[in-house]
Amino acid sequence: MSHHLVEADSVHYAYPDGTKSLQGVSFRITHGESVALVGENGAGKSTVLLHLSGCLFAAQGQIRIGEYPVCAANINAVRRSVGMVFQNSDDQLFMPTVFDDVAFGLLNMGLGKEVVEAKAAAALETVGAAHLRQRPPYRLSQGEKRAVAIAAVLAMSPDVLVLDEPSASLDPAARRRLIELLKSFQHTKIIATHDLDMALDLCSRTIVLHKGQVIADGRTEQLFQDEELLQRSCLEKPLRLQGCPVCGK
Amino acid sequence: MSTIVSKYFDIGYMESLAQGTSALHQRDARALVLTTFIFIVTVVSLDKYSVSALMPFFFYPMSLMVWGGLPVGYVLSKAAAVSVVALMVGIFNPLLDRQVFVWVGPLGISGGWMSYISVLLRFLLTVTAVLSMVAIAGFAVFCQALRTLGVPKPFVVQLMFLYRYVFVLTEDALRIERARKARSFQPGAMRYSTYIPLLGHLLLRTFDRAERIYRAMRCRGFDGKFRRLQRSRCTGADVLFVVGWAAFFLAARAYNIPAQLGHLIMGTKG
Repeated sequence: MSHHLVEADSVHYAYPDGTKSLQGVSFRITHGESVALVGENGAGKSTVLLHLSGCLFAAQGQIRIGEYPVCAANINAVRRSVGMVFQNSDDQLFMPTVFDDVAFGLLNMGLGKEVVEAKAAAALETVGAAHLRQRPPYRLSQGEKRAVAIAAVLAMSPDVLVLDEPSASLDPAARRRLIELLKSFQHTKIIATHDLDMALDLCSRTIVLHKGQVIADGRTEQLFQDEELLQRSCLEKPLRLQGCPVCGK
Repeated sequence: MSTIVSKYFDIGYMESLAQGTSALHQRDARALVLTTFIFIVTVVSLDKYSVSALMPFFFYPMSLMVWGGLPVGYVLSKAAAVSVVALMVGIFNPLLDRQVFVWVGPLGISGGWMSYISVLLRFLLTVTAVLSMVAIAGFAVFCQALRTLGVPKPFVVQLMFLYRYVFVLTEDALRIERARKARSFQPGAMRYSTYIPLLGHLLLRTFDRAERIYRAMRCRGFDGKFRRLQRSRCTGADVLFVVGWAAFFLAARAYNIPAQLGHLIMGTKG
């Protein structure tokens, strides 16, 4: 991918039951940016991510990943560029061992045995899960599962990392480790989350979705100070920005 | 339902058995599949009244369990869980075939009872052999071996999905059951009025989850073909394993070894 650009141009999407999930969503994310997608439940965050990874296709408008429009014809190229970490790691991990799971995508890419082994081992090392390689995924803790799910995506060397609620159901220590891990990646990152403190730590830019529309797009710290915007999106100011409960400073 | 999960669908534990390091775990999965296939064909092809002739065949599943370091009780309990099928298959044999087949002292045993016992023994042999083989090879490797042995791809992929979704179904069933129990204050069986919506809900949730899993697989390039790192190659030891066991099965098929031994010990003619 030449510029690692992620672009949504007036994207509309309705689920088969008629629920209008996206209504003219537009944004442009450039190489190396870390962007948080925030909004109330049902705002369309996960639907945007599913469009970026080619799981769903826009009914109107267009999504582009680099030079590729996201459509059935380009799906393989899109999926090589975009690595998606799903909200529930159990949905993502299904092979008998952690190592097999990390190797799954690499083998599907048609890589040779030596390359697959090296890349899978390196990805597990990066997320600090090398010691788990022979363990069955269903026996891991939530934090370990999340790390392995990230390794499985990271091993495929995507240009863009897309994460859906990565800190959900993690204990504080595992959450902190995840934040430090994600901070260390140079990829373009798009993170859908309700965890605004994590968004503040990781993302310089935030896009706020409300009822399938982008209602704000700007610097994270600036947007999270806007109480009216947060209230409208059913969000709460991050703890770090709330100040002292007594004096308010 | 939690009983079902823990007792009958503890396949996850079975998968962990495949991580063993015994000599049998080093065998190529195709060798195990092929040997077990020959075993099943030989066992099934024996005469319908065969009972003593089946005895030497127990050596194969027992060898897999013992040399593969498998917990014998676990494998037998899995076999027992599905034994109701075999019990039902031959249940009318004693009624339909009442002619005395063999005398044990003054007790005449009819052909029906002999064939029923034979069905149960064959079931026990084949199911324990298959379970042991899958426990040693691991299900994914077993499916891969089936594919390389020429089993059609749609069948193998269906097997893999069935295996994956058994976990999904049981996990969801477990959660629903816990939620029901947490709000149930009377012990005893569930009422139908609770049971039916609960099952419906389980089905819908499973569909939903299956969809998400499929999406996650597609995102990592899944195209209907399961690829795995080849762990082992077929070696001389694998060929020897297949040939050795096949020779034993054919010998046990051709000669009723327990009967021959009996005649030898008793000094009678076979």
